[in-house]
Amino acid sequence: MLTDVPDLQCRSISKSFDDFKAVKDVSFSVPQGTFFSILGPSGCGKTTLLRMIAGFQKPTSGDLLIKGKSVIDVPPNKRPVSMVFQHLALFPMMNIGANVGFGLRQRGVNRSDIEKQVTRVLERVGLAGVAERPISSLSGGQKQRVAIARCMVLEPDVLLLDEPLGALDLKLREHMKIELKQLQSEFNTTFVYITHDQSEALVMSDQIAVMNNGVFEQTGTAKELYYEPQTAFVAGFVGEANRFAATIKNRADSGLQMTTAQGQVLHGTDAVGGLAVGDMVNVFVRPEAVRLSRNAEGVSGLSNAGQGKVENVLFNGANSQLILRDQQSGAEMSVALPQTGEFRDLSRGDLIHFGWEHLQTRVYAATGDPHGH
Amino acid sequence: MATDRSKLAFWLLLAPCLIWLVTLIILPHVGMFLVSLREKVGVREYETSFANYAVFLNEPLYWNTFARTAYMSIAATILTLLIGFPISYYIAKLTRGRTKTTSFLMCLIPFWVSELVRTFGWMILLRETGVFSNFLQYLGLVNGPIEMLYNDAAIMTGLVYTSMLFMVVPLVTTLDSLDDSLIEAGYDLGASGFAILREIVIPHAMPGIVSGCIVVFMLSLGNYLTPILLGGKDSLWFTGLIYSQFITRFNWELGSAFGFLLLGLSSLIVFVGLKLTGQSLGKTMAQS
Repeated sequence: MLTDVPDLQCRSISKSFDDFKAVKDVSFSVPQGTFFSILGPSGCGKTTLLRMIAGFQKPTSGDLLIKGKSVIDVPPNKRPVSMVFQHLALFPMMNIGANVGFGLRQRGVNRSDIEKQVTRVLERVGLAGVAERPISSLSGGQKQRVAIARCMVLEPDVLLLDEPLGALDLKLREHMKIELKQLQSEFNTTFVYITHDQSEALVMSDQIAVMNNGVFEQTGTAKELYYEPQTAFVAGFVGEANRFAATIKNRADSGLQMTTAQGQVLHGTDAVGGLAVGDMVNVFVRPEAVRLSRNAEGVSGLSNAGQGKVENVLFNGANSQLILRDQQSGAEMSVALPQTGEFRDLSRGDLIHFGWEHLQTRVYAATGDPHGH
Repeated sequence: MATDRSKLAFWLLLAPCLIWLVTLIILPHVGMFLVSLREKVGVREYETSFANYAVFLNEPLYWNTFARTAYMSIAATILTLLIGFPISYYIAKLTRGRTKTTSFLMCLIPFWVSELVRTFGWMILLRETGVFSNFLQYLGLVNGPIEMLYNDAAIMTGLVYTSMLFMVVPLVTTLDSLDDSLIEAGYDLGASGFAILREIVIPHAMPGIVSGCIVVFMLSLGNYLTPILLGGKDSLWFTGLIYSQFITRFNWELGSAFGFLLLGLSSLIVFVGLKLTGQSLGKTMAQS
């Protein structure tokens, strides 16, 4: 079913606790069938936002629409949204079937229909035949699926997920990321997922909103956020980045020329526009954008280049990194170790040339600390 | 060697408990039971028989008092639960920090004075020349002084008041351990407040409810002061009968038989209560 009405719409939602503003004037809309993530550090207001959508908290101002209808005055037990809680909140006093059938029982569905629907939804999440078993007999990942089944059996317009993978161990978390995405496309329901873990958001989402200090910094696809961050916060928060504080010395069509406090000269691209000579800026370079070379010629064509001493090799399989100390400015840089094996023998104390393109150097006006600390 | 040692340690650690059980509980009860089986046939002449138990069955006053004590205690237990549950829910779920400590303390403070003093406090309030009577007269609602003591309502008030803490403590503990997100999840899945109470809160609090009820029931059944002082000479409480057999009549044989009947009654009612609620004693006591 294709409609122009988005499943969920927030119109300048704000929430204040006493004199603290947790959510400030946030607006967004989520089209039907989208996996929408809200990514942000803890305390950024994302949980408050989710609880307002679920109805547990009332916005100070603004409007909330589900399928085009305002639900601002609808209590949580009447809203067409369901929520998967951080610790799942499965009812330990009921067996799995009773947990999944809980919502249907509240709607007054008759017993045999409940049984049929519970069986069907448990099959869909790959847990057929467990209805009679107690909750405690399930593993972490299975509990997760029961929690989702318990919501999906009600066919909500929007499913809210409050960091449900946080309690799982790493291996299972990686697995559940894929599974969650598959479940979402299978049920074709709109998911609103909040997390502080960027890899969860990047892997699963169709759309991601990066939230900081109660506002949405940027909304876009994972690729957009990664390659074209619009604010310094997004550039620093999504993915890894080397960060420099610098002052603009020259502005040309080809890019910006800047100097750091240590005198290092950098060339970069104005990410959002509007920067002028003399501005204080933050410069971001991704570790994988930096090229390594054993001799100076290998990096001579790049607009930023230098020679560094290997301070540390952080071996982590495919995600291994080098920590380099720039010989000229003394600045520290982290560089992704290429997987070709060419630099496998590098060790602490070795000298190596490095460089990167100015197009992969994103420059933002310095407005306070980009991490918001 | 090691196992011998650990066995010794086990028995040594268990010893205080065993000594307590044997000397303070089992021995007196065995003694009482033997006394209850003696029938006085002459001066210092006794025969073993169930005559004392027969006396109980043949005298309607005795078993009427027995039944009355049982149902009054059950009523007091239910009443305490009905009043204690909202209080506990409020303390455990709706208050935080300081307010929580204060309200919990307010339940506790009356227990710093003895039961006797507390009961006298109620007598000051309820008697003919007491606070309530005078206040009602002052308001002009009644013409003359009214006696509120020496009736079943006064006994019930006293029993509920005396037992409240023993209901509130286990309830607050179990309700405290109920995760708020379970209640929120219930709302989120479309449940009404009543459905959440019935399907989530009460099943979770069941061990606390049962252990609170057992304690309150036992305390009420075995209470002596409150029924006698607030109910007066017509209170007809079974412990009063036992007291008068032992102390007033010097009839230890009948008193012991009564004691055993009371023990049997309380065990039976607790057993039935556990069966009805589908709980087991072990589970209940372990969780609270």
